[in-house]
Amino acid sequence: MAENPHSDPSATEPKADEHIAQHHHPDWKTYVKVGAVLTAITIWEVWAYYIPSVVASRIFVPMLLTLSAVKFATVVMFYMHLKYDHRLFRVLFTGPLLIAALTLISLLFLFGQLVARFGR
Amino acid sequence: MATTAVPTRGTHHTATAPSYQSGVWSWLATVDHKRIGILYLYTALTFFIIGGLEAVLIRAQLQGPNRELLSAEMYNQLFTMHGTTMIFLAIMPLSAAFFNFLIPLQIGARDVAFPRLNAFSYWVYLFGGIFITLPIFFQLAPNAGWFGYAPLTTREYSPGINIDFWVIGLQILGVSSLAAAFNFITTIINLRAPGMTLMRMPMFTWMSFVVQVLIVLAFPVITIALVFLLFDRFFGTNFYTIAQGADPLLWQHLFWIFGHPEVYILILPAFGLVSEVLPASSRKPLFGYPVMVYSGILIGALGFGVWAHHMFAVGMGAIADSVFAVSTLLIGIPTGVKIFNWIGTMAQGSIRFTSAALFAIGLVALFTIGGISGVMHASPPADLQQTDTYFVVAHFHYVLFGGSIMGIFAGIYHYFPKITGRLMDEPLGKIHFWLNFIAMNLTFFPMHFAGMLGMPRRIYTYDSGQGWDTFNLISSIGAYMLVVSTAIFVYNFFRSRKNGEVAGANPWDAGTLEWSIPSPPPEYNFATLPNVTSRYPLWEGNEKDMESARVNLQEGKTAEQLHIVLPYSTIKPLIVAGAMVIMFCGLITTKALIFVGAAVLVGSLYSWLLSPLEPEHH
Amino acid sequence: MTAPAAHHYTSTGLDSRKIAIWAFIGSECMLFVSLISTYLIYKGRSLVGPFPHDVYTNPAGETFNPILNIPVTSASTFVLLMSSLAMVLALAAVQNKDLPKHTRGERVLGSSKLWLWMTALLGTTFLGFQAYEFTSFVHEGLSIRTNLFGSSFFTLTGFHGAHVTAGVIWLVTLLAIDYRRGLGPNDALNVDIAALYWHFVDVVWIVIFTVVYLLK
Repeated sequence: MAENPHSDPSATEPKADEHIAQHHHPDWKTYVKVGAVLTAITIWEVWAYYIPSVVASRIFVPMLLTLSAVKFATVVMFYMHLKYDHRLFRVLFTGPLLIAALTLISLLFLFGQLVARFGR
Repeated sequence: MATTAVPTRGTHHTATAPSYQSGVWSWLATVDHKRIGILYLYTALTFFIIGGLEAVLIRAQLQGPNRELLSAEMYNQLFTMHGTTMIFLAIMPLSAAFFNFLIPLQIGARDVAFPRLNAFSYWVYLFGGIFITLPIFFQLAPNAGWFGYAPLTTREYSPGINIDFWVIGLQILGVSSLAAAFNFITTIINLRAPGMTLMRMPMFTWMSFVVQVLIVLAFPVITIALVFLLFDRFFGTNFYTIAQGADPLLWQHLFWIFGHPEVYILILPAFGLVSEVLPASSRKPLFGYPVMVYSGILIGALGFGVWAHHMFAVGMGAIADSVFAVSTLLIGIPTGVKIFNWIGTMAQGSIRFTSAALFAIGLVALFTIGGISGVMHASPPADLQQTDTYFVVAHFHYVLFGGSIMGIFAGIYHYFPKITGRLMDEPLGKIHFWLNFIAMNLTFFPMHFAGMLGMPRRIYTYDSGQGWDTFNLISSIGAYMLVVSTAIFVYNFFRSRKNGEVAGANPWDAGTLEWSIPSPPPEYNFATLPNVTSRYPLWEGNEKDMESARVNLQEGKTAEQLHIVLPYSTIKPLIVAGAMVIMFCGLITTKALIFVGAAVLVGSLYSWLLSPLEPEHH
Repeated sequence: MTAPAAHHYTSTGLDSRKIAIWAFIGSECMLFVSLISTYLIYKGRSLVGPFPHDVYTNPAGETFNPILNIPVTSASTFVLLMSSLAMVLALAAVQNKDLPKHTRGERVLGSSKLWLWMTALLGTTFLGFQAYEFTSFVHEGLSIRTNLFGSSFFTLTGFHGAHVTAGVIWLVTLLAIDYRRGLGPNDALNVDIAALYWHFVDVVWIVIFTVVYLLK
């Protein structure tokens, strides 16, 4: 649940150092590097889409989902500063994201778009 | 603990704070959370009475077999609007009245985080409520049940304008709830007074916080489900068109992903209120406070994993049925924990049986009955016998009437003196409680039997000789008695508002912060921000608590004298809310209205956002 | 966009508006998950074409090619990613407005107007790609009414496009303020929350690009 991790009373006390720490964001070089990584992953994804042997292989779907998750996490951590900001924001984002992801997965199971194979 | 550490009783005071402006304009332009709370309270009570009268008509029709008081069509409209009104226009906003009035007072804040957004939420609720309620007077009201199952609600099966009102009305009300939820989440996280740690927060504020998180996560889902329905009805999309391959369960799943958390959105605020009333009337701190917090959070979290228990009858397969049955049984545990903790709070306390306490104890008893029948249909085989019968109707009225409404009445009796400065009449309150308690059981208990005998929900009449007649007659008599008891409450409410006994700051000798300031509170709430060192500052606080409490009890000072900056009054939130509703009205009238509404919306929104909230601080 | 209420006491020391925007973003996760779930639930269930990745021949013998245009969408995806880069540089420029700037490079990096313009233009370019995509789909015979794919595809990507549009309007408003009185470190929070919204809309697209366009 979203509020659980910060129910520790000390976590939300005013902390001058954390307040200041917010402004210690990385400089533009990091941002450009992150942009280059994002571009590279996108090229990788599109490349995979056009290689029939990759599309046909069993790693195609897991690979694309992983790459997408990496891009997602990179933007959230660096461009949205979640890596550097107050941990309250991390809780406010990851809590709902977790519930959203679980809902998505449950719905896909319920509608038979995902099938769990037990045993062999 | 010392319950009389602060001399709060009998202090001289007047029933109206001196610095308040009066007049209609001051209410239209108010951004004060207390006034917005009062607006919510009056509006929601009005809708509560409308929804109640709808129920009375339903009961009059079902009083005996083959009655013809109502047509089948009118009956459909009445049960749809009874459910919709009670859930979205009565119970949720009654809770919102308490969120508004109490949360800032309980955490030691001068207002909510975004006062103008708060006013906006109220006006959207009012306009949306009127929008969805008016059609019943023209026999054009929504008629497909409060959960509006698609494809029944698609244009093909519901060609009239009725469902349009429902789809658009709920969409409007969703905006109100979401805006309020962001506001309260931020308020509770960020505006707690010094020392008010999360684990010192009053239980009502805690439960409210869980509810706001539920709203934030559940309402987007119904928003999307409604958008699909809106698009299907207005633009010819195929989300619910079975002939195009659409899945008839899509709406049901999306609706109940919202709908089950919604159940907790309705009950948790009442749980919170009871958790304030019982300690004050038992003169003991809440039993097992941390466990109460964690079980509230657990109820909220598990609330997202049980939705499909509303759908056992559709045949989801053994695995899905089992998973949702288990999660539903699990969620009974934290709920049961709460019941035992309330009993633990009362145990060995010197209980004062005030009206508020009676209603709170009523909740503990009646919600338990509703909880037990809930656990019964957590089991899929049992549920298959109960689905869509009056047994289910009995179950959810025990949790919503016996739970939410009883809890809200407890809250109203308990907090009326804080809101108005005067006490409600106790003898009348007790008559209200007993009549209400008896009538409620008379109305809803027989429904268990009628349901077990196979009486389905949502039939507008029935033949004699099925064993249902007596049960229905008793239910209807109970419903008429509920009208009498509610009338007594309304009389008491308005009489006490003018002529009630002057309450003083802390008539119940309660321990939380809201009782440390005058009743009604001055517009700035706290002359000095309190310094909190315990869960019940007025009971067990140290010298620091007492000092700020003494300062805050002083009356008659204006905000200017105390150099407190308050936000400007502004009409802009009302205009933005009105423009938004006009825009939505354009969908069912003429497209020109959409553009007019949108233009006014954008203009007034910019004007709002670019104008300062409050005077410059010097 | 109003003056911050920074002089009021807060329990976390954080600005309330930033907490609210994160709560809003959390809520938006559920909104887009509802849309994406529906898209995936209906994937492969359309009774008639055009289909996203497969050729479709209708009873009349007309043949429809797979409708998704991967090269164009890859370009628009790249554009939106770059707009996030521009946005983060705009925020840094506003935060560092008061720092002395000696070299030409520092002046370029420190120009909040340049980077806000860049973000808004890249966002508009993305919307242009989307408008092109939508109209060409309609020409090829796929409208929001055609089949389940059309309904769920246009609604999902349309909702995302509406979010981008709102973001562009937000950015233009910030630009107008920048031209009128200049954005300085005091406005950093206003730019910060706009940036958080913008990046969130970007990450939603990252998911949509994979789930809708690349997975067959």
